[in-house]
Amino acid sequence: MADTNPLVRIRGLKIEGRSDEDWIQIVNGVDLDLNSGEVLGLIGESGAGKSTVGLAAMGFTRDGCRISAGTVEFDGIDLIAADAATRRALLGRRIAYVAQSAAASFNPAHRIIDQHTEAPVQHKVFSMSNSQADAMELYERLRLPNPTEIGFRYPHQVSGGQLQRAMTAMAMSCRPDLIIFDEPTTALDVTTQIEVLAAIRDIVEQFNTAAIYITHDLAVVAQMADRIKVLLKGDEVEEAPTRTMLADPQEDYTKTLWAVRSFQRTQKPPAPSSDVPVISIRNVTAAYGSVPVLHDISFDIHAGRTVAVVGESGSGKSTAARCITGLLPPLEGQIEFEGAPLPRDYRKRSKDQLRQAQMIYQMADTALNPRKRIFEIIGRPVEFYLGLRGAEKRRRVEQLMEQIEMDPGQYIDRLPSELSGGQKQRIGIARALAAEPRFIICDEVTSALDQLVAEGILKLLANLQDSLDLSYMFITHDLATVRAIADSVVVMKEGRVVEAGPKDEMFTPPHHPYTDLLLSSVPEMDPDWLTGLLEARGVDNIGDSASARMS
Amino acid sequence: MHSVLFIVIRRLGLGVLTLFAVSVMIFLSVNMLPGDFAEAILGQGATPEAIAAIREDLGLNKPAVTRYFDWLFGVLTGDFGTSFAQANFSAFAGEATGKGGIGSVAAQLEPRFMNTLFLAMVSALISVPLSLTLGILAALFRNSAYDRAVNIGTLSSISSPEFFLAYVLILFLAVLTPIFPSLSNIYADMSMADRLERTMLPALTLTLVVTAHMMRMTRAAIINLLASPYIEMARLKGISPFRVIVVHALPNALAPIINVIALNLAYLVTGVVVVEVVFVYPGIGQLFVDSVKIRDIPVVQACCLIFAAAYILLNLMADVLSIISNPRLRHPK
Amino acid sequence: MTTVLTLLAWAIALLLGGWVFRLAGQRIPWPRASTREYFRDMDYMVAFGFVLAIAAVYWAVILYFVREVTFFRWALNAIVFFAACGFLFRLVGRHVGHDASRKIFRQMPITAAFGILTIFVYATLAVFADFFAPYGQAEIFEKINVLPGGDPALGGDPRFLLGTDQLGRDLLSRLIYGAQNTVGIAFVTTCLTFLIGATVGFLAAALGGWVDQVASRIVDALMAIPQLIFALLLMTIATAWAGSDKALIMIYMVLIIAFLDSTRVYRLARAVGLNIVVMDYIEAAKLRGETLTYLIFREILPNATAPLLAEFGLRFCFVFLTIAALSFLGIGIQPPLADWGTMVRDLSQFINFAAFSPLTAALPLMAAGAIALLTVAVNFVVDWMLHKTSGLKE
Repeated sequence: MADTNPLVRIRGLKIEGRSDEDWIQIVNGVDLDLNSGEVLGLIGESGAGKSTVGLAAMGFTRDGCRISAGTVEFDGIDLIAADAATRRALLGRRIAYVAQSAAASFNPAHRIIDQHTEAPVQHKVFSMSNSQADAMELYERLRLPNPTEIGFRYPHQVSGGQLQRAMTAMAMSCRPDLIIFDEPTTALDVTTQIEVLAAIRDIVEQFNTAAIYITHDLAVVAQMADRIKVLLKGDEVEEAPTRTMLADPQEDYTKTLWAVRSFQRTQKPPAPSSDVPVISIRNVTAAYGSVPVLHDISFDIHAGRTVAVVGESGSGKSTAARCITGLLPPLEGQIEFEGAPLPRDYRKRSKDQLRQAQMIYQMADTALNPRKRIFEIIGRPVEFYLGLRGAEKRRRVEQLMEQIEMDPGQYIDRLPSELSGGQKQRIGIARALAAEPRFIICDEVTSALDQLVAEGILKLLANLQDSLDLSYMFITHDLATVRAIADSVVVMKEGRVVEAGPKDEMFTPPHHPYTDLLLSSVPEMDPDWLTGLLEARGVDNIGDSASARMS
Repeated sequence: MHSVLFIVIRRLGLGVLTLFAVSVMIFLSVNMLPGDFAEAILGQGATPEAIAAIREDLGLNKPAVTRYFDWLFGVLTGDFGTSFAQANFSAFAGEATGKGGIGSVAAQLEPRFMNTLFLAMVSALISVPLSLTLGILAALFRNSAYDRAVNIGTLSSISSPEFFLAYVLILFLAVLTPIFPSLSNIYADMSMADRLERTMLPALTLTLVVTAHMMRMTRAAIINLLASPYIEMARLKGISPFRVIVVHALPNALAPIINVIALNLAYLVTGVVVVEVVFVYPGIGQLFVDSVKIRDIPVVQACCLIFAAAYILLNLMADVLSIISNPRLRHPK
Repeated sequence: MTTVLTLLAWAIALLLGGWVFRLAGQRIPWPRASTREYFRDMDYMVAFGFVLAIAAVYWAVILYFVREVTFFRWALNAIVFFAACGFLFRLVGRHVGHDASRKIFRQMPITAAFGILTIFVYATLAVFADFFAPYGQAEIFEKINVLPGGDPALGGDPRFLLGTDQLGRDLLSRLIYGAQNTVGIAFVTTCLTFLIGATVGFLAAALGGWVDQVASRIVDALMAIPQLIFALLLMTIATAWAGSDKALIMIYMVLIIAFLDSTRVYRLARAVGLNIVVMDYIEAAKLRGETLTYLIFREILPNATAPLLAEFGLRFCFVFLTIAALSFLGIGIQPPLADWGTMVRDLSQFINFAAFSPLTAALPLMAAGAIALLTVAVNFVVDWMLHKTSGLKE
């Protein structure tokens, strides 16, 4: 039955997007079938067109986009040819949508429960009171705290992870046949994500709802989907049941996606305790105005080693970096460079002190001045610190570009906007290297990049470290990155160092409970991982609730 | 204690502070005049005795700080001082003209202030509903032919000097087809219908300018709003377009729309000056320009203060109303 | 009463018309499915819009061809002429020049093309006013109040195409010299405005702290008084200082307007600057130990050119209109310099002759229209620039 009459049937879907006055094709003929009760994972990198396809499955296109060819059928109804009223009757009632940012997708002017009951009441599925009672039941199922009360709050009074679950409940309000999940956990921290994932999976199974789950995260989609479809730049790459896809990908592109997690360099032995660390953070306490962010943190970074600083958003890991660079002078404690204390404020530091500590940023887009050519960007520190000019400067810049594996002849006179994301990040590395520092802070340098590109950057950084004897402080929230590159790890939570030590110790038990929670919350490629985790930890011992119990 | 009340009170306090700063600035500006009032009144041929007498009379011998507070206190009690133009020497030589006297600025200002208020109100009554409707329509049908026509029309209207629009209106509505009079002389004992008829052309001119501004701002605010994810969410819930607008867009549009209206009413304040001169409308703007020409300092000072106060109050109102209409502030965590 | 009834009848007819229009559209078996769907899903408001447009065209035709209203014909002719100029200019731009400029012209709306052309024409007139004007701007002839048109039978004189004013000065020459004086002074003022506003604004953004606080509070206070009002107040004092020295009055005017208007530039420059200052490349430059001058001129300024350029256009319009308003009120540009604002005021009474001598009545409108045309043109260009930069962000 399922094969003959799918719930959603998309054929030859082409979508165009407006750019200036022209229309550019962004989806080039995608076919899609979804049976009722089935979960399809739609996966791809940014720009793959996965959200656009997901919305098109509802017969909807965003402003500036249009469907130029193909058909979208839902339960035999042609959504593209249908008039507005027919489409409206389906939306919300039989097809529901869960957006990426719950905070922006809830109307700030209305209470959560009023937004929840709107669709059922408008579509005459439930009465207002029935729908309210149903909402509370759903909240309970989704393990929201105070299920009878939380709906009567306004969206801004509820946390992000809870809102995302409330939105899932809202999508369920009419018991639809199909829900589109558009990256519902991308904006959340790992520990919160796990909770939302568990809730979504549970409720979709419970009501036997079909779903299209859109994400860029392979490990997440492995937990959620029955089948996976891979998109690349508006084209379908391949599609297969989840286990088959994970075990035996057919296309080269898919294989590379699966392979990236294999990079791991061997951990270096800890530096002898007699060595003076390159950078040493001693009992630093810092605050933004009157808001305390760091409480008495200390750790050392030795020559040629990489220290990964791990934590969720708001844990103070970036603030620690700002203290080291002197942008945020600490209230107490001090930063030492090779045993000598550094002035707290960067303005008081000498040119040479500034030169020794460089920084590479997360967003290469904002880290490079868009109006300067590559030669100027890399050449400025060369000229500024080393005093090289003219032909000497040019030679040095070319040399640096070769070090970051980019062809000077081709790229030296380009603007940042003419480079890809990975290339921009390499220029950022070259700019840091140009100062010939001993120590580099890498602030989430790979988190804005697609996985394959990120791996290239990590390898480059590792090679540079070996050849130039550099020390890295690697700020990240991604434990896969930590595994790949770190020698030792510092785990932070709420401005405190929770645990610190060599990498191999950190990844073998016993852990500090928070480290344990953090480690266990990172999704793995194994489709049984989430089930296993829930069995091992119990549904109440994950996510925010577990995290809250610790502090 | 970051309740709405606290924020509103803080904003009101800031408004009072601004008014104070503005009064200081006006006072300082006037004190930059060469010589002093006394010489300015009597001109060059005056005897030293006469100048000394007037100086004594106006309190010009006192230090600037004292004079400022005297003036401020007078203003607060409705006494704006004495107009040079209206004053005759007996008034200076004899008893001081208090507030409400023939030569007093307050007596001169009051009827004209009411006239200007009337003009501004008529313009606002036409332009606010008109521009909100047209602006919202432009936002709903954006990028359509209507939207483009509106864009060109409003841009042209904004760019044109007020007197250009005024003379075009005079040409078509007063000279070629005499519907309205081109001169707006208004008397105290006029019937409402006559008054309205004579106020119509200046009001229409102001409407043209203000409507264009208001429409553009309304359009931008609504488009900004319609682009927000929660509106997309409402559409994806299959709710009727009408309900999307009324239930989801409108409560959030309130703050920006109120802001737009108040800002444009504040704009009206400046706009009246030129328009009143074109139509010889006996309002405060014309008085201001006339006084500037004959350097009647007390009147200039008073008019300036009134314009600034109106401007500040309207901006203040806009801020306070948009604070109150913000759901995030109304329902604190 | 009858006018009210006629208007009411028109309104009802239009409202019904929308409904009829849609119904008719739905009944007609259009060959294309998309047209059928368009009418099927048509909003009443859209249908009403169509009917309104049809009615507007109908009235335009009536006024133009049947009633032959002179001013309406002139206005429509002018609009068609301007549109044609813009179109031709764009057409030329699309086929002449190198690839980059051709690409710009391809994406340009006709309004922007018209705007650029107009600005170009004004600039030429302003720079070469001596060459274009038949007489000097202060040259006085024996014939006063010669009517425009050049026909002696109608009180004109072929030597003075637009006639002479009450002192016997050639109006055409004064109109052309007006471009030089009004536009020139406004341009200088705007440059000064930017010099003050942008410098202080970027300094405030780059330094932050108390410099930013002090400058911003001063600007807040200055902006609390409506600009034209404040300008008039300061002009009163300036005229007292200047006495009878007319050149001095104008210098004061330039300074006053530049000072008052720089507050807006300050706000914009500071806001743009703040957006740039939070960028990581600025942080990188700071941490490198770069000086403030380097930060402002090499890192911030190159990234602020687009919004500043658009703001320059808007500020120019504003300054230009303020100067015109001041001159119109009699305290701006001083005679004998020719200036459009003053001309409007001096010629304004002629508008009452519209019924028997349309050309005479058009004189004040010409001077006022000359002001309007330039500001409209600049605004069209700025609107397009802003649209382009905001479009790139998406």
